[in-house]
Amino acid sequence: MNKTWNNRAWWLVLPVFLMVAFNALVPLMTVVNYSVQETFGNNEFFWAGSRWFEDILRSDRFHDALLRSGIFTLLVLALEVPLGLGIALTMPRKGPWVSVCLVLMSLPLLIPWNVVGSMWNIMALPDIGLLGKAINALGINYNYTRQPISAWFTLVLMDVWHWTSLVALLCYAGLVSIPDAYYQAAKIDGARPWAVFRYIQLPKLRHVLTIAILLRFMDSFMIYTEVIVLTGGGPGNATTFLSIDLVKYALGQFDLGHAAAMSIIYFLIILFASWLFYTLMMRHQEQ
Amino acid sequence: MAKITIDNLRHAYISEPTRDEHYALKRVHLDWADGGAYALLGPSGCGKTTLLNLISGLLHPSEGRILFDGKDVTMETPEARNIAQVFQFPVIYDTMTVYDNLAFPLRNRGVDEAEIKKRVSAIAEMLELTATLSHRASGLTADGKQKISLGRGLVRDDVNVIMFDEPLTVIDPHLKWQLRSKLKELQQRIKRTMIYVTHDQTEALTFAEQVVVMNNGEVVQTGTPIELFERPMHTFVGHFIGSPGMNLLPCEVKGGAAFVSGKQVPAANAKKAKSGRKLELGVRPEFVRFANKGLPADVVRVSDIGRYRVVETRVNGTPVKLVVGEDTEVPVGKAHLVFDATHTQIYSDGWLVGSRP
Amino acid sequence: MPLELKGVTKRLGADTHIYPADISFADGSFNVLLGATRSGKTTMMQLMAGIQQPTTGEIWHGGKNMTRVAVQKRNVSMVYQQFINYPMMSVFENIASPLRVTGLAETDVKKRVGTAAELLRLTPMLDRKPSELSGGQQQRTAIARAIVKDSSLIFLDEPLANLDYKLREELRDELPKIFSGRSAIVFYATTEPHEALLFGGNTLTLHEGHITQYGPTAEIYRKPNSLTTARVFSDPPINVTKVVKKGKSLAVFNGEKWPLAGTATKLADGEYHLALHPHYVLPTTENGATGVVKGKVLVTEISGSESVVHVDVGGHTWVSQSHGVRPHKVGEAATFFADIGHALFFDSEGKRVS
Repeated sequence: MNKTWNNRAWWLVLPVFLMVAFNALVPLMTVVNYSVQETFGNNEFFWAGSRWFEDILRSDRFHDALLRSGIFTLLVLALEVPLGLGIALTMPRKGPWVSVCLVLMSLPLLIPWNVVGSMWNIMALPDIGLLGKAINALGINYNYTRQPISAWFTLVLMDVWHWTSLVALLCYAGLVSIPDAYYQAAKIDGARPWAVFRYIQLPKLRHVLTIAILLRFMDSFMIYTEVIVLTGGGPGNATTFLSIDLVKYALGQFDLGHAAAMSIIYFLIILFASWLFYTLMMRHQEQ
Repeated sequence: MAKITIDNLRHAYISEPTRDEHYALKRVHLDWADGGAYALLGPSGCGKTTLLNLISGLLHPSEGRILFDGKDVTMETPEARNIAQVFQFPVIYDTMTVYDNLAFPLRNRGVDEAEIKKRVSAIAEMLELTATLSHRASGLTADGKQKISLGRGLVRDDVNVIMFDEPLTVIDPHLKWQLRSKLKELQQRIKRTMIYVTHDQTEALTFAEQVVVMNNGEVVQTGTPIELFERPMHTFVGHFIGSPGMNLLPCEVKGGAAFVSGKQVPAANAKKAKSGRKLELGVRPEFVRFANKGLPADVVRVSDIGRYRVVETRVNGTPVKLVVGEDTEVPVGKAHLVFDATHTQIYSDGWLVGSRP
Repeated sequence: MPLELKGVTKRLGADTHIYPADISFADGSFNVLLGATRSGKTTMMQLMAGIQQPTTGEIWHGGKNMTRVAVQKRNVSMVYQQFINYPMMSVFENIASPLRVTGLAETDVKKRVGTAAELLRLTPMLDRKPSELSGGQQQRTAIARAIVKDSSLIFLDEPLANLDYKLREELRDELPKIFSGRSAIVFYATTEPHEALLFGGNTLTLHEGHITQYGPTAEIYRKPNSLTTARVFSDPPINVTKVVKKGKSLAVFNGEKWPLAGTATKLADGEYHLALHPHYVLPTTENGATGVVKGKVLVTEISGSESVVHVDVGGHTWVSQSHGVRPHKVGEAATFFADIGHALFFDSEGKRVS
């Protein structure tokens, strides 16, 4: 097809293209560069081939961090998705309370990551924090700076507090877009609330839920700021997720080769998982 | 199955209606027999959807009562009224098969599977859905989906009334007649009370035995398709039913005879007309023809519709249309018109003279 | 300035939307593009307007090759099925919008908008916003905007499809008056044969991306070249059946024999497709209708002043259309009479022979 005259439109895309190139492609290529060479930062490079990749893939340290990240993500998804969906279902769909609910729900989303970390850091302190004191007052020995279980509990709770709203708002948007006729038909067919949920709301929310899961997966798998602020990856290595370990390699040990190789593996894992989600979603849609 | 009585029903969407204009529905009184096919017909905003929602129980009226078989259901919920409804856009349960869709209302009511199978098979047969029973409902075409919506109402034997809200909107024009045929056949076969709401005259007149024509929140006429065509009770009905609509000419009545532009014109109800109000002579384009003598008119335009021609004339400035056959000769410029006396009526302030006590 | 299509085609991937089209539209002509949904009407219009580019072929307008000229430079107007207006502007500003870019003086703008608004009976609503108008008035505004700037090509893509039928009737009545006496070439796409007939002018019938015929509307309706055109140009659907002609009689379905009259008697003996418009299949024998059509009623569609009866005749559906309201029960036996003198005959390839 001949399109000579409207080729000019491509120039409009150029700025965006350049931005993407500078933002994503150039740094990514730098990382690739580091991952296959050896350097001490004095502009001398030696070819390392796949050595860094082999090291990382064989190291227990990497396996442990990957496992921690995976468990954290699963926990977060398992809690936030049902909870968010549940909240969305109970939110009012009409009337003056709608905007009140929406504002309340969006509040946690508006707080910067590092502030969230600091807030929970203070709140969970066993001696002066509101949460820490309360739990200890119940007779439970709780100290997130010393006990791995307490640290995990605090992190998961913090993430649930921070991000459940997002899932809830997405689900809510999906719910209000279901035409009234569906609910009327269900009433007429004598469907009970569970059947309405199972056969109308859930199927109509499928796309929204897939998007919510995808977003929450990517975000929680890459979580960094809150963890650094709250636990710093500790106690010990108990909350050292992939992102934290990566920074330890790169900045703590200045081991750029390993760090770069790890970055790329990390990136590929997320890319693969996202692709998987996307294909599953599209296949479902075609059926 | 039920006889439906609408008793002095009024409805306003605002909380404290004081004047007549505040009412979306201004005092409607109707009696519908069990097993009849009825249509509510009118332009958008005429109150037909309000009336439908009042009958189904999605709205509760400001005043008046609704009775199903003599039982007052005015304040009952849609579930308690045992109604079924087919909506403008098909409502199906996407994740279920066609079979499960049809079985859904029965399963919700705890009917046992053997009975469900029997009833679903029978209804599927009737709606020509048997071949698709095991398919996912979401894969069907629009007409298939509308049949499922209808089928979910038909499988239940406790349904008092089945309501249709513009059900053919999404159907391909070439397939409409087939679905109309199916609906009509079903109506004759299963004898349930059915109410069909639409703004399209063909839909209403094709489906219903009795058509309720509404305008501005009021019922202007209830009648069979023939009555609506031959004896419109109101100029609105004359205009709304039929294409082209009824011609209306300002007229005078003197000594029991009607005069248009000073010329006497025969009219079926001229003797009953009283002067003093706004009088109009109504005659459908089908009942006007050219003659050598009669009302003088100017021919303005001729449209060839293929099967007939529509001739537009002016009688003293008032447009009068005629429907003439393909082979009839149409005069050029000046002409004379004659009206068929039995189909020419006088309307007073819009209402057919002699129709109201 | 006539508009000419020279070997224009449109393909998208493996799908052909328009097969080679060679056609010329005269200056000031009113052209109806008639065809079912997805027959290529919209594609055809967008190609002519320059919104889409043809895969092959050229489009000439006023002696100039316009194929690669951007739509903004073509002086065209378009009205769509959806009511498209600027929601934040008043009706006046909406109608005036195409003039604003031309830099016309304010007094001229006022004058032109006034004329267009008068023609479309919008004068009392000029200060309102589109959202305060009825559907019919919104579409009137869109049409006023299309005519205000003296475009040389005006395209209307099923503009009345979304209106209630009474409003549709009103606008159908007015449209020919609005466009008469303009030098623009007007194109009007519709799925309804009835609209084409009402407007008169020329009709172009489209079927699955092929132009099947083009010419004066009434002529195409009465003398379609092919069975395809006849089918496109008939709603309710035209009755078609295979017949065997022998001497002065026709063997039709169910062993029924019809006597021949008129030009059909001159046809060579043999097999034909007979096509008969529904309004030549009547409930009575008046008008010399003699061909018996016996069957079971499927449905009677009543349009207010006409009745359309679909009848099952041995597995074929026949349709009768007549004036007046005549309800039939579904399943009832009914007899109709075909006016054979008006039948069209087509050979085995679907070409008209009589």
